[in-house]
Amino acid sequence: MKKRDYYLTFISLTLLVIFLFFADKYMDAYIVRILNLCAIYTVLGLSMNLINGFTGLFSLGHAGFMAIGAYTTAILTLSVNAKAQNFFLEPIAAPLANIVLPFFPSLLLAGILAALAGFLIGAPALRLKGDYLAIATLGFAEIIRVIFTNTQNITNGALGLKGIPAYTNLWWSYGIAAFTVLFMVLLINSSYGRAFKAIREDEIAAESMGINLFKHKVMSFTIGAFFAGIGGGLLGNLLGTIDPAMFKFTLTFNILLIIVLGGMGSITGTVISAFVVTISQEALRFLDQPIDLGFMVIPGVAGMRMVVFSILLMLVVLFYRHGLMGTNEFSWDKLLNALSFTKPLLKGGKK
Amino acid sequence: MEMLRTDSVTMQFGGLTAVKDFNLVLNKGEIVALIGPNGAGKTTAFNMITGVYVPTKGKIYYKGKDITRMPPHNITKLGIARTFQNIRLFKDLSVLDNVMIANHLHIKSNLFEALLRLPKYKNEDKKMLKKSLDLLEMVGLIDVRNERSSSLPYGMQRRLEIARALATNPEVLLLDEPAAGMNPKETEDLTKFIKQIRDDFDLTIFMIEHHMQVVMGISQRIYVFDYGITIAHGSPSEIQNNQRVIEAYLGVDNNA
Repeated sequence: MKKRDYYLTFISLTLLVIFLFFADKYMDAYIVRILNLCAIYTVLGLSMNLINGFTGLFSLGHAGFMAIGAYTTAILTLSVNAKAQNFFLEPIAAPLANIVLPFFPSLLLAGILAALAGFLIGAPALRLKGDYLAIATLGFAEIIRVIFTNTQNITNGALGLKGIPAYTNLWWSYGIAAFTVLFMVLLINSSYGRAFKAIREDEIAAESMGINLFKHKVMSFTIGAFFAGIGGGLLGNLLGTIDPAMFKFTLTFNILLIIVLGGMGSITGTVISAFVVTISQEALRFLDQPIDLGFMVIPGVAGMRMVVFSILLMLVVLFYRHGLMGTNEFSWDKLLNALSFTKPLLKGGKK
Repeated sequence: MEMLRTDSVTMQFGGLTAVKDFNLVLNKGEIVALIGPNGAGKTTAFNMITGVYVPTKGKIYYKGKDITRMPPHNITKLGIARTFQNIRLFKDLSVLDNVMIANHLHIKSNLFEALLRLPKYKNEDKKMLKKSLDLLEMVGLIDVRNERSSSLPYGMQRRLEIARALATNPEVLLLDEPAAGMNPKETEDLTKFIKQIRDDFDLTIFMIEHHMQVVMGISQRIYVFDYGITIAHGSPSEIQNNQRVIEAYLGVDNNA
């Protein structure tokens, strides 16, 4: 990397921190929440991209890992009083009633439990390939949801949990997002990351090159689940309320959308896409209102804006399969070339 | 010294016997060829040796050790590497990454040492890089190391596949039709190249090949398959004059 790139990266990161500081202090709660969601979706997108984009495992179990993470942090951070209020149908199981942990250990535990679930489901399911793996992991996420709906004395069942302390702020979510980006960059550019990519490219060849497919698949899956759990935990403590219905397949779909649009196998693509998708989901809210087209009036339908994303997803899959970044990463060279008015001298993008 | 031995291995797929009672012996430093008409079961034999298929019957020994039921990655780790008939490179990755990946099996640093870039991992990574670059230099692909492997011309892709196999530190190298689709000049280069790597890396080479020029030129012994049965085994000159081999390749004249 060139010196200039170091400076540019450093300056942009500083600007981001200043912006976050400003946003934290002066911006209204609505915008702060969207900014938080952007970072959380970055974490979730990266964790799913590790499994689906980098290792090539078509997994749709993300909502399940998130549910485990969200419930873990929620139960561990809820105060004793709040727990008593929440669990009015059936009291919470004894040891959990009095345990209250600070945010960080709760998040860590959320990640660990999700990773454990990832390991337990991954060990048998990762023997499957392609569509079969997708179905198995999807089934796993649904099972988690059904279990959480029915374990009244642990998760409060369908009533969900309310009054979860709003610990998630910009510093937590952006700090963890930055850590996740760093972790993924270090992982993907290590020998283990190369092994993951080899599995994505050609399992048979990877195995012949001595890569233990099973071990590396489980490794990738478990790490992905860990970050999904942490992302879920951040989300729960941002929203303040969670219930099992939140963790339906649509949630997995949202993250899948982010990684497909951003590029399967691109870290920076996922980051950009997480921001674009999260912000436009809010920006397009006017589509949910009744729309007067002059000759006809479309009545307001909640969720109308999601149609835009579905169409976008279809277009990308049909005509632009690599998404925004493909398997490439962002580089200052490319950005500066794209921004400069003069024609780039470096034809073919070579140095 | 005996490197590899198969003890009447048989592979059945349902009612079809792809390979029947194959007895192979590879001695250290030999170049041995396996020939036979299309569909004779040659690649199936490779797949059994490398652990992709578990033979229905029989045993496979590598340096006296039974490897019959070992998974492919462990067999590679022991020292048997292979290339594929229809090239199987990691297409979207760079030429260098293709070779680097083949170093991964011997890694000693665990995931955390790698993530934290501890000195142990950094050293290993540096060694891997040096070894990979040396290999690319040797096969003449050093100038294209940052290209996407699928963008290389066919002959280079073949050489990259061999370089990748060499990066696993093999003692026995299995080449599945290394000369397929090559022109006469490329074939000649390849023949020299195979001999050279055998000497440089102390290899024992077992190859499937249709190109008789290559087969007769460099192999010390030849096995001939027809419908999964070993119909002949011997030196190139013996094979050339073997009636059953000629029949298998050219057919039998029933009017004679």
